[in-house]
Formats: sequence, C-alpha cells, structure tokens
Amino acid sequence: MTEHTFDAVIVGAGGAGLRAAVELAGQRVAVVSKLYPPRSHTGTAQGGIGAALGNLEEDHPEWHTFDTVKGGDYLVDQDAAELMCEEAVETVYELEHWGLPFDRTPDGRIAQRRFGGHTRNFGEAPVRRACHAADRTGHMILQTLYQQCIKHDVRFFNEFQMLDLLVEEGTCRGIVACEISTGELHTFHARAVLLATGGFGRLFRVTSNAHALTGDGVAIAWRRGIPLMDMEFFQFHPTGLYRLGILLSEAARGEGAVLLNRHGERFMERYAPTLKDLAPRDMISRVMYQEIRAGNGIDGKDYLHLDFRHLGRKVLEEKLPDITEFVRTYLGIDPAEEPVPVVPTAHYAMGGIPTDNDGQVIVDERRTPVRGLYAAGECACVSVHGANRLGTNSLVDILVFGRRAGRHMAAYLRQAPLEPVLANPHSAAEAMLREWRARSEGEPPARIRDDLQTLMMDKVSVFRSGSGLAEAAEGLRALRERYGRARLDDRGRRFNQDLLEAVELGFLLDLAEATVAAALHRTESRGAHYREDYPRRDDAQWLKHILVYRGEGGRISFRYKPVVITRFPPKERTY
Amino acid sequence: MKVHFRIRRFNPESDPRPYWAEYHIEADPFDRVLDGLHHIKWYIDGSLALRRSCAHGICGSDAMLINGRNRLACKVLIRDVGRRITVEPLRGLPVIKDLVVDMEPFFAQYRAVMPYLVNHDPPPDRERRQSPEERARFEDTTKCILCAACTTSCPIYWADGEYVGPAAIVNAHRFIFDSRDQAAAERLAILAQRSGVFRCRTVFNCTDTCPRGIQVTRAIQEVKRALLGAL
Repeated sequence: MTEHTFDAVIVGAGGAGLRAAVELAGQRVAVVSKLYPPRSHTGTAQGGIGAALGNLEEDHPEWHTFDTVKGGDYLVDQDAAELMCEEAVETVYELEHWGLPFDRTPDGRIAQRRFGGHTRNFGEAPVRRACHAADRTGHMILQTLYQQCIKHDVRFFNEFQMLDLLVEEGTCRGIVACEISTGELHTFHARAVLLATGGFGRLFRVTSNAHALTGDGVAIAWRRGIPLMDMEFFQFHPTGLYRLGILLSEAARGEGAVLLNRHGERFMERYAPTLKDLAPRDMISRVMYQEIRAGNGIDGKDYLHLDFRHLGRKVLEEKLPDITEFVRTYLGIDPAEEPVPVVPTAHYAMGGIPTDNDGQVIVDERRTPVRGLYAAGECACVSVHGANRLGTNSLVDILVFGRRAGRHMAAYLRQAPLEPVLANPHSAAEAMLREWRARSEGEPPARIRDDLQTLMMDKVSVFRSGSGLAEAAEGLRALRERYGRARLDDRGRRFNQDLLEAVELGFLLDLAEATVAAALHRTESRGAHYREDYPRRDDAQWLKHILVYRGEGGRISFRYKPVVITRFPPKERTY
Repeated sequence: MKVHFRIRRFNPESDPRPYWAEYHIEADPFDRVLDGLHHIKWYIDGSLALRRSCAHGICGSDAMLINGRNRLACKVLIRDVGRRITVEPLRGLPVIKDLVVDMEPFFAQYRAVMPYLVNHDPPPDRERRQSPEERARFEDTTKCILCAACTTSCPIYWADGEYVGPAAIVNAHRFIFDSRDQAAAERLAILAQRSGVFRCRTVFNCTDTCPRGIQVTRAIQEVKRALLGAL
C-alpha cells in the first residue's frame, strides 16, 4: 500500500475533471483516472456545445435557459440553468483561446448549427447555437483540456481505479484507488476531492456509452451514505446504429437528416409540428418506440431509418465525417446512397450525485454539504438537465460546473484545515479485493452483466410500468444473489481486469437498484421517465426531485428536494 | 461463422516467456475483432488483458497488431480480416500483460513537443478570428487520437526508442500550422534535434496504419520543410 498526500484529488479525466484540474493547476493537485485522459468519454461527443454566441443569428442566454428548462420538462433547477447558460458563452471563448479548433464562419468566427430543442425566442423555431468542430467537438474539447493540463504540468495517475471514498464525520478525507498495472492499492489523502467519473450507460444492453462507463464514483458515493438524485431519468438518444448502439449525432438532424418509417413517412411531423426531427430526445425516442410497436418499423422490424441522402456527399464529408465513417465501417453502407437503420440507445444519466451550484456534494433537501467533497459532470446532478437533457448541454455542464467546482475547491483549500490521517484507510477496499481473489468457482461475472443489461433494457428503458419495474426489482435481487457466487479466472495482481470488471459490475447492480427504486416511486410521466400506468405529468405531486438513500442493511429510503423555479412556470410541453 | 483466434499472450507475473494461445469461437462477419476478443475474455478465459473503452474508434485504447498490421480492434470487422485472426501487442513498447503495453514512453514523447497552444497576446473578449482557410491548414492533424498505431508501426522507432515518432510530430504539426499559435520556432527547434523529424525515412507505415486516415507522412514532410525554411 502506498500513501500520497495532496491538497486536492480529482477522480476522472474527462471534460469535468480536466477543466477543474486547469482551475487548480499550481496547487498540489492529482488527477486519478482509470483511463489515460484522452480515452475519456467526453472525446466521443460529436455534434457541438451550446452557447448563445449569436454568431449566425440573434441568440440570448435567456433563450438557452428557457430551452433547457422546457427540455428538462420543468424539473430543471432554474437558478442553475441560468448561470450555466450565461457562463456557457465565456467557457466557449475560453476554450477557443486555449486553441480549440472550432469550425469557422466565413468571417472567422466560431461556427454554430441547429440542435434538438434549441430555439429562438422561447420556442418559435430552431436556432443555430451549437458551436462545433465537424462532428468531433468532444474530441477537440478533451484534447484541448488535456493539452492545457500538460502545459500547466498537472500530475496524473493514469490507470488508477477508484475503489473507495474516505468520508468521516461529514468531511471527505481522500480516496483509495487500485493501480491497475500492479494491483497495488494507493491511498490519496486530500482535503478536497472532486468526483468526475462520468455516467453509467453500461446498465443497458444497447448504449452509446464506453465500456468504462460503469458509474464507479456514483455507486461508491451511494455506498458511503450519500444520496443520489433524479436517478429515474435516463436518456435514450434517438439515433444509435442498429444493433450496436453507436451514436449518430443529433447534428445529423441539425444538418437536415430526417427519420423515416417503413412507409417512407417523416413521422416526426405528426408529433412535433414545429421542431419535427429536432424535438427533444425523450420525445423522439418515445415516438420511435411507438412507431415500431405500431408495426411501422422498417420491414416490420425493430428499427427505423435515418435518411441523409438529400444532404449530398459534400455536407456528409465536411460536416459529418465521423458518423459517415461509422455507418460505412460498421454497417457497410454508404449514407449518401442508403438510409441508415437506427434505434434509440442508452445515452445519458440525468441523475447522479446531488450538488449545489459550486459542485459541492449535498446530502439532503436543505443542501447540507459534505465538507471537501465535490462532483461535476455526468456523475453529478445539479440539476441542470431535469428530466431530460438537451443535446449539447452535457458539454456545457462539464465545462461550466467543472470550472465552478475547481474555483470553489481552490477557495475551500485556502481555509480548510488538514484532517487527521485515518488508520488503515484502505482496509475496506483491500477486503473487497481479497474476497474476490478467493473465488475460483461459479459463473463468470460477464453472464450476470449480460442479464442485468437485458433486464434494464426490457423493463427500465423508454417505456416503464409499475408491474415491469416490480419485476425488474425482483430480477435485480436474483442477479445480486448470483453476483455473490460468481468466480474470477484471474486471481493475479498485474492488470487484473477480470477483478476490476467484477467490481464494476457491483457498482452497476447498485445503480440499477437506485434507478428502479426511484422509477417505481415516481408515479407520473415526465421527460425521459415514462410510466405507461401514469402517462401524465403530475406537477401537483411530483414537481420535485427524488433523493434516494441506501441505509443500514441496504434499506432504500427517499427524501424530496424542491425544484427551483425563477422565471419559467411549468407549462404543457409541446414542440 | 467459425473464427480462429491466435493471441500472443504473456503475463510476466507468471509466464516464463510469451506464448501463442488459440481460441475457436462463433462470430458474425459484422462483429468487430474487439467483439471476438471480448467473447474470449468474458466467456472463455477472463485472464486475457486488453485495453478498450469506446469501442467505435474514437478513444484510441485498443490499437494492436491484427494480422500483421496495427489497427484498432473496435474499428476492424471480422469480415475484413477473415476467419484466422492473429493478434499481438503493439511493437516497440514494453508488454505489461498480453495485449497491454506500457504507454508511458509514448506519452512522454507526445509531451515533449509542446502539444498546446502558445499565444502571449491577451485574448480578446470574444473568439480569436481564424479564417476557414487558416483553420483548414491543420485540420488533418487535429484528428489524432493518440492510439500509437503510427509510432509503433515505424521501423525507425523500433530501432531507436529515442525518436519522438510520428504521433508526436503529428501533434506538433497541429500547432505549428495553427495561425493562432506563436511557438512554432520552439517546436521546430525540438524537432530539429537528433531525436526529431529527420529520423523519418518516409517508410509510410504510419500513414498506412492510421485508423483516423491522417496523412501522417505528409505532415512529417511539412514539418521538415518548415524546418528547412526556418534554418
């Protein structure tokens, strides 16, 4: 066991973690990540980052705020959305100053395009707000932030996987991580810890998410008594490649591609007459499932078409080169010639670790903070996305709240005392690994993960019901029991992914439990959470966030946090 | 279809030397090679080690030698490589375990070329202006995902690990030709050193292997020309 002492430790090296690291550069800060930073999932974001620069047409942060609130089906905390949409503008300029190679307008400004749910003048028509670098915007953001970290000589611990969070008496003291290449445990003592570990799309069988996205930070926080918020809201992106779930950016539809059913009908016109194919994701994914259920899938099967053919090769190659290549590589078809088979794909966790607007982790509706503990990015829930995130706003979120968390941590460190070092801080993590290494009999964890992903896809995805969710809860109990009897093939120390994947599966099982519990509890339909047995939004009862807790013996309990409403009273949501 | 995998395996913790392991699996022609490796890892032998994350050619984790060529396992389909698939770790970097190599030397070479924008002027309130033509000048090299496929396919790099290698030069190129950057001279000075750009013998392995389709050799030649112009 090796011990380190830093002022601040950042867990995760995606956009939120790296943005905070730049803010804390110059302090004794370490970034601990289970991947090399350029491998982080921010790099796969495609279409753009929303900011009301107004480079191509009139735009205002207030319009962006309204779209965010309405897109989130009014569960968004409006104070947080206001500051996010305000600060989006300066964070985009900041990235440009750091070298981010945005596409340019003819007069040399940052180019912007249309995106789902982003409108001018409070819903009138689509607006060009998404700042882009072809369909590689996330790649450019991740690269730019990593470059800045290198410039500022930030200390990285690459391929170190967090296993435990040290919280005692309401104060965070550090983390425990496993050095993957050696299997050795490391304790990082720190006065401030930022969790920036990303999402958990690997809960579902069809997902756009990387294999690494197993919600480690979220699950560990939950195990350490921190509640999770808005867990019932998981976004399915409408256009994943059929069977694979690989993302085809909303930028495709922003540039003019349309969804078609088996009759060649542009069916979104029937459901969202104003925004059509640029309606928000929750709505389009739901409509797609309805079309498939009604027998309107292509050849009567379980997929629909995304049609690029009228865009022409030049637009595809200049504006959407990566997704054009994905279609060619993985399906062997040319999107300029043939329509592309697509299905909704599990994409984004709106829920996560509750924080205030400075990224401080809070444990109840009174916003009681855990001293020294922060969260930002997809693992966190501010909540700026409410019940459904708008396209581009994940990139806005990681930058704005990564920066805010970093700044608050810097201020906190100026006055926070050194906490006493705990005795044997690594003992819980060590016991967990030792127990796994002793298991040589049973089924491989991968089988259990397969069944978990199928269960979540069947019962807890776009359409949900009380009976289906109850079956999911029952199914999870059985999976957990099997998990307790699973085996490892690899019981060595060096680069033991068999072991670490088994640990990750444990995280996923916990997050599935939190998701199902919250989804059963919320007896209404709102945003991405659609209950067939409660098909209407119920503001009287449910205009509030659910905080889900796991207590002694694994008992689940709930508390409620009111939604902050500043300017936009809830209205019916039509597009 | 039946597919036969031969995988170069080595765990220095327990194996005296590297060896070939053979696996027969059932696969779909449209499966990725990564799917085949996952099948082996998840259902046949959990001790197989390989890096991967996004599984669609963007994160750069799973570059490896597949049927004699560096490729991303997630970006090549079984139908493209056939029923007999040989998989080895990247060459030129020490093996940690099985298909996992030590990436630290590679990243050290990347860091050595100042891979970040340098501009000493105070930034404007809004964006710095850059014309679409200026932006297009370095488009190709912005695509690099640091997978190391190019560097570890270079015979010069195999022979001399001090050579910064194609990936580092690509990332220097990305800034040298960015109209907003002011440190081209410093980067060119780094690349003029013995370990730098003139080690390149234009073998083109890097260009052939780049999974992002970057014209790597061309970028290296442009840096050489800039250096000759600057001297």
